[in-house]
Amino acid sequence: MKDIHLIALTVNGEEHEIVVESRRTLADVLRHDLGYTGTHIGCEHGICGACTVLLDGQPVRACLVFGVQADGCDVRTVEGLSDGEELSDLQKAFSRCHGLQCGFCTPGFLMLSEAYLSEQDGVPDEAQVREVMASNICRCTGYQGIVEAVRQVAEERAG
Amino acid sequence: MTAWVGARVPRKEDRRMLLGRGRFVADMARANTLHASFVRSPYASATIRSIDVSAARQVEGVLEVLTGKDLGDPFLQAVLERDEFTPTKMPMLATDRVRFASEPVAVVIAEDAYAAEDGAEAVEVEWETGPVVPDIAAALEAATEVHSGTGNCLVDLVMFDDPALPGIFANAPLTIEATFRSARVSALPMEGRATLAEWDDRDGQVVVHTSTQVPHQTRSGIAQALGIPERSVRVIAPDVGGGFGQKCVVSREEVVLAAAAMRLRRPVIWVEDRQENLTASVHGHEQEYEVTAAFDADGRILGLSADIRCDIGAYSVYPFTCAVEPLMAATELPGIYKVPAYRARGRGFATNKAPTAPYRGVSRPQIVLVMERLMEKAAARLGVDAVDIRRRNMILPGEFPYTGVNNITYDEGSYLESLDLTEKKITEAGWYAERDRLREQGLFAGIGFSCFSERTAYGTPTMSQRRMRMTPGYDTAHVRMDPSGEVIVTTGTSGHGQGHETTFAQIVADQLGIHPDQVRLRQGDTDLTSYGWGTFGSRSIVIGGGAARKAAGTVAGRLRKVAAHLLEVGEDDVELTQGEAGVRGVPDVSLPISELARIVHFQTHQLPEECRYGLEARESADPPGTFSNACHAVLVSVDPGTGEIRARKFMVVEDCGVIINPLVVDGQVRGGVAQGIAAALYERITFDQEGQPTSTTLMDYLVPTAGEICPIEIHHLETPSQFSENGSKGMGEGGTIGAPAAVLNAINDALAHRGIEFDHIPVLPEDVLS
Repeated sequence: MKDIHLIALTVNGEEHEIVVESRRTLADVLRHDLGYTGTHIGCEHGICGACTVLLDGQPVRACLVFGVQADGCDVRTVEGLSDGEELSDLQKAFSRCHGLQCGFCTPGFLMLSEAYLSEQDGVPDEAQVREVMASNICRCTGYQGIVEAVRQVAEERAG
Repeated sequence: MTAWVGARVPRKEDRRMLLGRGRFVADMARANTLHASFVRSPYASATIRSIDVSAARQVEGVLEVLTGKDLGDPFLQAVLERDEFTPTKMPMLATDRVRFASEPVAVVIAEDAYAAEDGAEAVEVEWETGPVVPDIAAALEAATEVHSGTGNCLVDLVMFDDPALPGIFANAPLTIEATFRSARVSALPMEGRATLAEWDDRDGQVVVHTSTQVPHQTRSGIAQALGIPERSVRVIAPDVGGGFGQKCVVSREEVVLAAAAMRLRRPVIWVEDRQENLTASVHGHEQEYEVTAAFDADGRILGLSADIRCDIGAYSVYPFTCAVEPLMAATELPGIYKVPAYRARGRGFATNKAPTAPYRGVSRPQIVLVMERLMEKAAARLGVDAVDIRRRNMILPGEFPYTGVNNITYDEGSYLESLDLTEKKITEAGWYAERDRLREQGLFAGIGFSCFSERTAYGTPTMSQRRMRMTPGYDTAHVRMDPSGEVIVTTGTSGHGQGHETTFAQIVADQLGIHPDQVRLRQGDTDLTSYGWGTFGSRSIVIGGGAARKAAGTVAGRLRKVAAHLLEVGEDDVELTQGEAGVRGVPDVSLPISELARIVHFQTHQLPEECRYGLEARESADPPGTFSNACHAVLVSVDPGTGEIRARKFMVVEDCGVIINPLVVDGQVRGGVAQGIAAALYERITFDQEGQPTSTTLMDYLVPTAGEICPIEIHHLETPSQFSENGSKGMGEGGTIGAPAAVLNAINDALAHRGIEFDHIPVLPEDVLS
């Protein structure tokens, strides 16, 4: 017998009520039950960070959170970053700095960066950005474009 | 004509990826899609006594369980048409014997991925374990055979066997003997393999959406394994999350999914997890070289002999075969150096491990490492400067085209210029002073170089020398302008992160005098594109882009003809630029290209016969190949207390001929260097003596992060190739090829005062501490 639960969560401002199995991960709930396929699954054991989403504002690995744990929570995914069709400053910076190639790890890096930048008062130096970006794995870029994009946005936002 | 080629154009691909709207295979599952999970061998070597699927069929949500026997025992056999090669069969699902841990023996198909995994756990297989061949040494002993009757050596090539070598070695002022090793690694794309197959009743074909670099080769493999015509298979590569070679061979799982969808008449999806990706997918680069080299007193190489042994794992991959690494290594070992006498023996040994396939660089990270270490060893023994000894041996300006002892002709490159510029740049940037500072701080520090060229864009003139039954090389592009003046380009190459949608558009836009935004690339669909060989071997811009340029040029010729007729001028006087067909020397006379396109389609009767009926062309390119080149330098530090090795600064001077898009080239270089540093310092796939994989998570297999990879400074030289339509040279692998040798040389520079020398990768902290 399946162990099922009714949960309610908000994703990018939209409220959802769904029935999920207790073992179903938040990543699968978002991707397959609610259609937010922008969140990618790269390792399913919490190392690569491709599935990073914001749970009540904090970056989490959606592969290590069960859907039922997100009951009553506010979730932000990559689909919630832009203003409609208009890319956010962070998204634009990733493109300008060539911070993505195949694009698979990109949603995770964007959500990690979004949370990191929202906590910044000043402008972090390169070493500080690298230390935080070391939470996730990218296989294509060598990271330089990602680090540069995050630094540029931090500078822009600091004015 | 060159408004867009060379420009730093932001990538068309970026927007959908940044918005979370990419479409990868795993995103395509629909409500009626079934999910597959493979039952895999827990043993490296075992006989299958029986497979009992009855309990699995009872698991809630499970619809079907299939074994190899149920599918008619499909297999693939990759063939090299050489006496030195022993063909072996690779069953799509093993039926009587397994040869590596994680080999698939059955597939469970269920309503969701969770139920499929439950079902896979419930399949009961009775195994009888057998002796294991865990490494090359055991394979050489041949007490146990991975494939009966082969002696474990599946390919044994002796090439360029110069009879003068024994005499040269006996009489040379300096003879060096050394052994070099590189560990088994994984390409590790962030998206693992994934396939969704569905039967299409309307078209009478199985449609296979799969994360591949080679759609047409995958179609051929599925058709051959299942004994069906190629027409009845359509392979589509949607967005692909990296490949690096791991997806340039046909996966057994792709064939099984196609067979299952044909049988069940329902969409079936399989998305491998990271453990499968690390254990069941292909690996690469596990090689050892026993080398003898002779030098004269000035450091000039006189002769080179190498015994090259590659651990190819349990099966010969389709279609490249297990000879791909030993052949590449034996053919190209001398590299950029003028070696007068040469001999190489290249062997591939079967072991009870996952098969190996081409991974970014294919043997060239290893052969560059061998040659660059030999140069440094000779320099140290002879008291010659370690950088200068390279200048004494490399092919110099004025010597191109140079045909080497290995019968390879090297087209024009900048081997000396790139080394000179690298040395100048790191000196100006204060690297030597920085090395001294680090040493004063109590760290060991060193600087290392590597000089190399990268043969790219192998067309059939080159690939045919390997004698593969399936010989890749050419590619075909189709360019079609629509009535509004916009263009669809199709190509048989299949980009997966390289930005081809952008770079192909730049090439075509220049030929047609339009904006790259008016050009869309269609790739990765066997029904939409002409037969082509996909994206691997740094081939796409030269071959696919070359074909696209030719086809666009043909369409441009037709546009000029139409414009000449309408403007009543000579064809040769018509110029296509900035969306207009103008007349040379007559600034006021022009027609919009979109107007030409409109007339050709909607009022074609107004045009002379040769201008009518559409604006399209199909052209192929099949070059002999072209060498890009680079020089890498790296500053490393070694902590004597912890053994930690850090790459601190990295410099690349590269020459890939005409640069289509500097943004993309720099990205390829940086990503490649990161993978090269990874191979030199962090990554290795490991097994115990029973052949059990012991690097099965990303906590064991250490992919470097932004914390380990340092900034990489890049400078460009541009030596156009005469063998390339665009003047471009391939450059997708150079970073990975050159970096390991540079890092290893830097480590040895750092440790020289301790009398320690390493000739293997990766060099780990425990190596330093012991």
